[in-house]
Amino acid sequence: MENNSRRGFMGKAFGAVAAVGAVGSLVAMKKTWDPLPSVKAAGFTTLDMTTYEEGVMITEKWRGKPIFVLKKSADVMAKEKGNAAAEARNIKVGNDNFMVAIGLCTHLGCIPAFRKSEGDFLCACHGGQFDASGLVIKVPPPRGFDIPPFKIDGNKLILGEVGPEYQAMKDNGVTL
Amino acid sequence: MAHFTKATSVKDWLNQRLAVDKVEKVMASEYWIPKNINFLWAMGMVLVVTFALLLVSGIFLLMYYVPTVEGAFYSVNYTIMTEVGYGWLWRHVHGVAASVVFLIIYIHMFTGIYYGSYKKGREMIWISGMLLFIAFSTEAFSGYMLPWGQMSYWAGMVITNLFSGGSLHADFLVEWIRGDYVPAQAFLGRFFMLHVLLVPIAILALIGLHFAALRIPHVNNQDGEEIDFEAESKKYLDGDKAGAKVMRFANDFMSKDMMVVGIYLIFFFYLVFWNYSFAMDPVNFDPADGLKTPAHIYPEWYFLWSYEILRPFNVDLGLALFGFAQVIFVFLPFLDRSPNTVPANRRGTMFKVWFWLMLSNMIVLTAMGKLPPEGVFSQIGLVAAIIFIAQWIALPIITSMEKKV
Repeated sequence: MENNSRRGFMGKAFGAVAAVGAVGSLVAMKKTWDPLPSVKAAGFTTLDMTTYEEGVMITEKWRGKPIFVLKKSADVMAKEKGNAAAEARNIKVGNDNFMVAIGLCTHLGCIPAFRKSEGDFLCACHGGQFDASGLVIKVPPPRGFDIPPFKIDGNKLILGEVGPEYQAMKDNGVTL
Repeated sequence: MAHFTKATSVKDWLNQRLAVDKVEKVMASEYWIPKNINFLWAMGMVLVVTFALLLVSGIFLLMYYVPTVEGAFYSVNYTIMTEVGYGWLWRHVHGVAASVVFLIIYIHMFTGIYYGSYKKGREMIWISGMLLFIAFSTEAFSGYMLPWGQMSYWAGMVITNLFSGGSLHADFLVEWIRGDYVPAQAFLGRFFMLHVLLVPIAILALIGLHFAALRIPHVNNQDGEEIDFEAESKKYLDGDKAGAKVMRFANDFMSKDMMVVGIYLIFFFYLVFWNYSFAMDPVNFDPADGLKTPAHIYPEWYFLWSYEILRPFNVDLGLALFGFAQVIFVFLPFLDRSPNTVPANRRGTMFKVWFWLMLSNMIVLTAMGKLPPEGVFSQIGLVAAIIFIAQWIALPIITSMEKKV
C-alpha cells in the first residue's frame, strides 16, 4: 500500500515534469516555423505613380507578391460611375485614378492574366474573372482583389504602410 | 539469466540469441495465405518493391540535391542530370516510381473495395492503408516542391492557400506553414525536411502497422470465404498440401508474387528508359517565378480527381467537398452496412452499380481535371463531382437494404 502510493506520487511527479517539457517544446517548435524577423522587416515598396500609362497594366512586387497597377482611362472611370463597389476601390493620386491590388486570385492565389482587349483579368487555374476595378465578374473567387496596405505621399505610393485612405477601405470592408 | 550452451553452428548461435528459426516461421514459412487468390493479390509486394526503388533512388539524389531557392533548380537540372554519373537514372527512376506508385495504390484500393477486404475484422487493414495513402500524398506533394520549377512553386502556392479555409481567411496559418508571405527559402527548407525525413519515417511506421493489421484476420480471398486458418494450416503441415485451403507465405506465395513483380519491373523500366516524360511536366523545366503563373496549373494525374471536386464550386463549398473527398474513403468499412463479404458483382445490382460507377466516375473526374475549366468540360466535371458526393451519401442506404447472400 505504502509502495503503491509512492509509485503513484512518482508517476504524477513525472507526469508534471513531462507536461511542462511538452508544452515548452511545442512552443519552441511553433516559433521555429514562424516567419523570420528578416522576412517580416523587408516589407515596404515605394511606387512613383507619375510613371504609369493609361490602360497599361504593370506588375510590381511587394513582399514577394505581384501588385497590379492599372492607371484607369476616362472610359473605365465613366463605366465605374454609379457603381459604389467599384468607386470605393479607386485610388486617387494627384489627378490620376488607379487600380492597385495584390495580383493574386482570391480563390487559391494564382496570378490572373490581364487581357488588354477585354480590359479584364482571367485566372487560368479555375477560370475566375475580374474587371478593371478588381471586382469579381465570374466565380470561383469569393471577393475582388485584395488591396495592399498603402499610404499616399505626394505622387508616391508606399506599400506596407497604412494611410488614412487604406484605413477607410479596411473599415468599410472594401478589402480584407 | 537464460542458459546458453556452446553453439554447434552459426545458425545455432543465432538461434540461441535471436530465435531466428522461430522468427522465420512466424514471418514467412508458417504465415498462411489462402490459395484462392489471383494476380491482384500481388499488388502489396509490387508496392513494397516500388517503395524500395523510391528509397534507393532518393538516397542517391539526396547526395547532390541543394535545398536552396538559388541552388535547387540548378542542382536537379544540371548537376544531377548532366554531371553526376547515372544521375539521370536516379531522377527518372524516382519520378516514374512516384507516379506509378499511385497507379498501383489505386489498383490495390479498388481490389480491396471489389472483394470486400475491409470488412469483418479487416477494418484496420483498410484504415492503415488509407493513412498510408495520405502519407504518400504528402510525400508526393513535398517532393514535387524540390526541383523549384514553375509547377513546384505554383502548386506550393495553391495547396498552401487551401489552409486559409476559404472565407475563414486564416492567412496567418498559411504564412505560418510557409514561413513567409509567399513560398520562399523557409518553405523549401521545411518541405525538404518533410520529404526526406519526417514523412518517410511516418510511411515506414504505417507500413509496419498495415502488415501487423493483416496478421489476425489474414489475407482475404476471391470468394470472401471465412477460412479456419488454424485447421487448414494443420492440414497442410500434416501433409495434405493439396487439400488445404492455404499455402505458406514463403516460398509458395512469394514465388508467385515475385513472378508478378518481375513482369511489373519490365514494364517499369520500359517507362524509365523510353517513356519517362509523362512523369516530368515540361512547365517544371522553367525555374520558379513568383510573378508569373503558368497558363494552366494542374496537379499530377493522381490528384486530378479530387482537384476536379474542388474546382466547379465557389471557394467555401469547393473546399468543404474537397475535404470530404479526401477523408471519406477512410470511413468505408463503417459506411458499408451490408453483412456480405463477397465480390461486388455478387452483392446485388445496387452495390454492383455503385462499385463500377465509382470506378468509372473517378476516371471521368481525372480526365476533366486535366482539361481547362471551360465550356462543356466544366459541366461534365460538375455533374461527375455531384455524382461522387451522392454515391457516398447513398452508400449506407443501399448497403443496409442489401440482401444476405
